[in-house]
Amino acid sequence: MLVLNILLAGLLTGAIYGLMALGLSVIFGVIRVVNFAHGEMMVAGMYVAIVLNARWGVDPLLALPLVAALLFAAGYLLQRGLINRLIDRPHYNQFLVLLAIAILLTSSTLMIFGPDARNAQVGYAFDSYELGGLLLDKVRAIAALGALAGVAALWAFFSLTRTGKAIRACADNRLGAQVVGLDVKRLYAVTFGLGAACVGATGCLLLLFVDVQPYLASDYTLLAFIIVILGGLGSMPGALLGGVLVGVSEALAGFFIDPSLKSMFSFGLLILVLLVRPQGLLGRAA
Amino acid sequence: MRIAAPSDRPSRRALAALGLVLAAALALPLVASDYVLSVMVLMLFAAYLGQAWNIMMGYAGLLSIGHALYVGLGAYTAAALFVHYGLPPWLGMLAGMAVASLAGTVIGALSFRFGLTGVYFALLTIAFAEFTRILFDHFGWVGASSGLFLPVKSLAHADLVNLRGPPALFYYLMLALVAGALALSRALIRGRIGFYWQAIREDQDAAEALGIDSFRCKLAAVALSAAMTAVAGAIEAFYYNNLYPSSVFAIGNSVELMSAPIVGGLGTLGGPLVGAFVLTILGESMTALTSVVHIDGIKQWSYGAVLLAIVVLQPDGLWPWLARRLKLASREPGP
Repeated sequence: MLVLNILLAGLLTGAIYGLMALGLSVIFGVIRVVNFAHGEMMVAGMYVAIVLNARWGVDPLLALPLVAALLFAAGYLLQRGLINRLIDRPHYNQFLVLLAIAILLTSSTLMIFGPDARNAQVGYAFDSYELGGLLLDKVRAIAALGALAGVAALWAFFSLTRTGKAIRACADNRLGAQVVGLDVKRLYAVTFGLGAACVGATGCLLLLFVDVQPYLASDYTLLAFIIVILGGLGSMPGALLGGVLVGVSEALAGFFIDPSLKSMFSFGLLILVLLVRPQGLLGRAA
Repeated sequence: MRIAAPSDRPSRRALAALGLVLAAALALPLVASDYVLSVMVLMLFAAYLGQAWNIMMGYAGLLSIGHALYVGLGAYTAAALFVHYGLPPWLGMLAGMAVASLAGTVIGALSFRFGLTGVYFALLTIAFAEFTRILFDHFGWVGASSGLFLPVKSLAHADLVNLRGPPALFYYLMLALVAGALALSRALIRGRIGFYWQAIREDQDAAEALGIDSFRCKLAAVALSAAMTAVAGAIEAFYYNNLYPSSVFAIGNSVELMSAPIVGGLGTLGGPLVGAFVLTILGESMTALTSVVHIDGIKQWSYGAVLLAIVVLQPDGLWPWLARRLKLASREPGP
């Protein structure tokens, strides 16, 4: 029963990881730029929610729309102002640009908030549901549901709206999209904004049961990479599957072996997938 | 990127500049304080590691973001053999080179056999470095996460055989290594293998059509780069006398190592030197700034801002621009 509980917790955490990775996957899948500042953007968003919570007692769930909108704007401006000019540069150059942005974000949060871990206070932090003997944390359940809603909203956006379809056209064939008159640069900016909004929303959800600290940012970036590669870069269901796989394997490894070894399993899994199936579990071969 | 031509001879101006820099570097310990020397040692480490990394990325076009792996393997092998069996540092360094080179060959062989390129290859190098970091965190023989310490002996007189001595010893040692790496890079890039690497970097399919065995050439680049990197790792171990997996194998280390050649200019001989100089001076002045303005993170912030500015505004690096300005290049570099 304990194992089932841990499995369930891993599954729920995995769904949240999935939304975070989805942001990275969307950005790479469309713009072909690897966002090395992904975790850093999330942590910056988490601090916004922390301030709202500490100052006015705002629940992170209520702060979520605001944080997501803020990060959308930041991502849109970043793409519009900077990354759009670097699209045709070699990938090591883009990599260093995003890395520099990551350093700027981490050091900014460090300068403003200091190195100590902070957490948000919510009244229902220790509530739980009981389902036929299974214990279900209320915060984790809410966060996972929120993440799934986010994934569904993004999916609907990409398959139903005109802008979403236009973005998919850019991803399939940038030149073709330009030929038919799509404003590729604006669509790229919208895409980066959406990716950032995803990770901002994830930050608010994670804040329900996780402490935030400036130095944790790079760990989240790496985690998002592992998940996205596992599921397949650019594949939306893949990001969710990868998130759940990593969430469950971390929970099990943390329970059966040693919590400090849990990310070694993730990296081992990543190496295996990269070698055997580099397009990821659900990705299409390039 | 420009392909080196065998007829490229350094201009008289460039030779004079090189002579001047070298003379100043040799004379420095006579006048400089230990603090200045320790900063210079940091710079030389960065310059040397940049040269080693540049062989893979600059010449063969293989982006490694996991070079901390080879630093760590070199450092840990030499240090552990010294601590447990009293093996002299130089022999331990050879062992470290062998271990790192073997690791590089295995990683390279796996990824080239499975056709991994670009971003995927880069992510694989990160994955291996991080995997090894966590592995060493639990590797009791080398002290696991609580670290491996080398006995510190008297530092008064220089003992080159046992790698013990004042900062000046390490300064001259690293200076020699940087000069050696520079000469080796220059010889390689003008030799047959250098042209093979550049051909593969520009277009692997075309290179293979001409009969170049890209698999073996790329493996040679990884193995050589890893072995050279391990040398610096072994010396670092005896310079600092303590090793922690979380700092030696950290991804931040890999990034720092690659920023010097990228800032200076990828695939150029002068790039890693210029990049190391600029970034080390920058880092040190930011540390000095922190002692005046006590704000956590201001050092990293300024570093990030300058790095961003250089990478965005000078994508080819500072060295090609500087060489044009000082008219050091014998020919204008191609487009």
